Amino acid sequence: MLYREAGQFKTSYARDWSIFPIAQDRIVVFGMLAIAFIAVPALSNQYWLMTIFMPFLVMSMAALGLNILTGYAGQLSLGTGGFMATGAFAAYKLSTAFPGMPIEAVFLASGLITAGVGVLFGIPSLRIKGFYLAVATLAAQFFLLWLYNKVPWFTNYSTSGVISAPPRTILFTDIYVTGPQATAEAKYLFALTMVVILALAAKNLVRSSIGRRWMAVRDMDIAAEIIGIKPLQTKLSAFAISSFYCGVAGAMWAFLYTGSVEPLAFDINRSFQVLFMIIIGGLGSILGSFLGAGFIIALPILLTNAPSLLGLNIAVDVVSHLEFMIFGALIIFFLIVEPHGLARLWQILKEKLRLWPFPY
Amino acid sequence: MDFLSSIFIDPFVQIGSYPLFFVEVVIGGLLSGVMYSLVALGFVLIFKASGVFNFAQGAMVLFAALSFAGLMEHGLHWTIALALTMGIMALVAIAVERLVLGKLVNQPHIILFMATIGITYFLDGFGQTIWGSDVKVLDIGIPQTPIEIGGVLINQFDIFAAVVAGLLVFVLAVFFQKTRVGRALRAVADDHQAALSVGIPLKTIWAIVWTVAGLVGLVAGIMWGSKLGVQFSLALVALKALPVLILGGFTSIPGAIVGGLIVGVGEKVAEVFWGSAFGGAIEDWFAYMLALVFLLFRPQGLFGEKIIERV
Repeated sequence: MLYREAGQFKTSYARDWSIFPIAQDRIVVFGMLAIAFIAVPALSNQYWLMTIFMPFLVMSMAALGLNILTGYAGQLSLGTGGFMATGAFAAYKLSTAFPGMPIEAVFLASGLITAGVGVLFGIPSLRIKGFYLAVATLAAQFFLLWLYNKVPWFTNYSTSGVISAPPRTILFTDIYVTGPQATAEAKYLFALTMVVILALAAKNLVRSSIGRRWMAVRDMDIAAEIIGIKPLQTKLSAFAISSFYCGVAGAMWAFLYTGSVEPLAFDINRSFQVLFMIIIGGLGSILGSFLGAGFIIALPILLTNAPSLLGLNIAVDVVSHLEFMIFGALIIFFLIVEPHGLARLWQILKEKLRLWPFPY
Repeated sequence: MDFLSSIFIDPFVQIGSYPLFFVEVVIGGLLSGVMYSLVALGFVLIFKASGVFNFAQGAMVLFAALSFAGLMEHGLHWTIALALTMGIMALVAIAVERLVLGKLVNQPHIILFMATIGITYFLDGFGQTIWGSDVKVLDIGIPQTPIEIGGVLINQFDIFAAVVAGLLVFVLAVFFQKTRVGRALRAVADDHQAALSVGIPLKTIWAIVWTVAGLVGLVAGIMWGSKLGVQFSLALVALKALPVLILGGFTSIPGAIVGGLIVGVGEKVAEVFWGSAFGGAIEDWFAYMLALVFLLFRPQGLFGEKIIERV
């Protein structure tokens, strides 16, 4: 009863092609956006904004990128961390080399640079696929991190190796979004705006012709080639656009979240974390990227705080080992219960709501 | 110019003027390659029999080494500790089959792969919860001192490791070729459906394969553990085994051995002669780059089955 499309007529092509054709969907989405833009910054304190919502936004962005590559185009990649690091260092180099460059342009340009690097490491995908490709993308992960660690040019010859993001304001205003003067609210809203815009772009990309080409290649690449889809352009465009998102995510991580650029934050575990997000959230689903990111960000925080909430007194190192165990067990549990991810649960819920309160 | 000459000229001059040193580096590389092969072997066994890309092999190496070292710390004789650890690895294998793989039959490969990453996290946490996270010393009575053979210095322990690896491969070959279970394993590796239809119990076979992979992991764990000390970083050894796998092909046991040797030699030679030109620590990624370039020319690896694709 709550979620019925009956009586909603589409009288124009524009309405027929809209992203959310059903009024209830629109209400939910706009409601969520209103909560995210108004209620969250108004109600939560700095701790919540910076330790929960900020990493959630950044990792959603990275998950969006990897979901385009793995979920839509079917190319398994373990190089996400390397690409995020590329974005972070590109943003650092650009903003220090051109101090007048607006921060928005810095983020976009670092995304574009990462896209170029992504295409370079995507070339092997034309020859190899599946797990061979996954291992090959590990080359990007290790090589890129080594490069940023070893070549002092990337850190502007800083001796400590840890470099902080320079303070910058939003274009045409004097509101700081990076650096020590920036408030948590400003950073949060800036990141949220970027994520919303790029998520909208991703949603439109995957339902346009390029998205359909990606899915054709994912489902069976030889068949796709036979019906006239060029594998070279399709695969490399997936690598480029995916890396663009990962690069922006890396720049956001360094500039908005931690405020410092360090290669350690983008190690192999980061790549696995993003992969977990899209698999728990749902492969080939934009919504799934957000659900997965939320789940993987929230779970360790919950696990860390659970013993003290339950009144148990366990040594810190044992807790961290137990966390590992429970995290692994929960991942396996989720894969067994719902291999199609959280996005599939949402779909089932919508089906149920359609009939509710009647059984059928 | 300096940079170019440090890449294209200096290393060769160095090799030419100290040929014995070069031989020493190559032999050192071969012997450390054997250690990579030991880890890669476990991967190949499981991939062949069940098509699962088992990322948890590294965690199994760590878990086996931790259990063995932990049991020995409790004052058990090494034979008893070894037998007990073998039992533990068999239990782990059965648990993995029952609780994870059995529930995920017919799922896409990537889901199974993610499940093995879940197993990795679980085993890493479990092992350290039980046995603690301090570095354990594992002494199996083989001296680590180098001996001189024909003017070349070779580490005694590495020779011992190579002999053990050779023995292990021999035992595995006999097991696969000559025993009833081995034949069933090969049948399952060839074709799951056909194996099922002639009455081979798939679940039992999978449990056996995981047990065998666990035992190979135990051997690798003891070798690595007595070389580096039993600690968490042992789990990262698995990452080194991945380029070995793509070099040799996922489905080939000789491939795992040869791939390991190539990676071992390539890495050592590159680090010693070219490392300084790049600022050092190129060991981290050299194997991957080597494998990547290699894959461009031979996508199925050295000994992998030829990839035939049909629509």
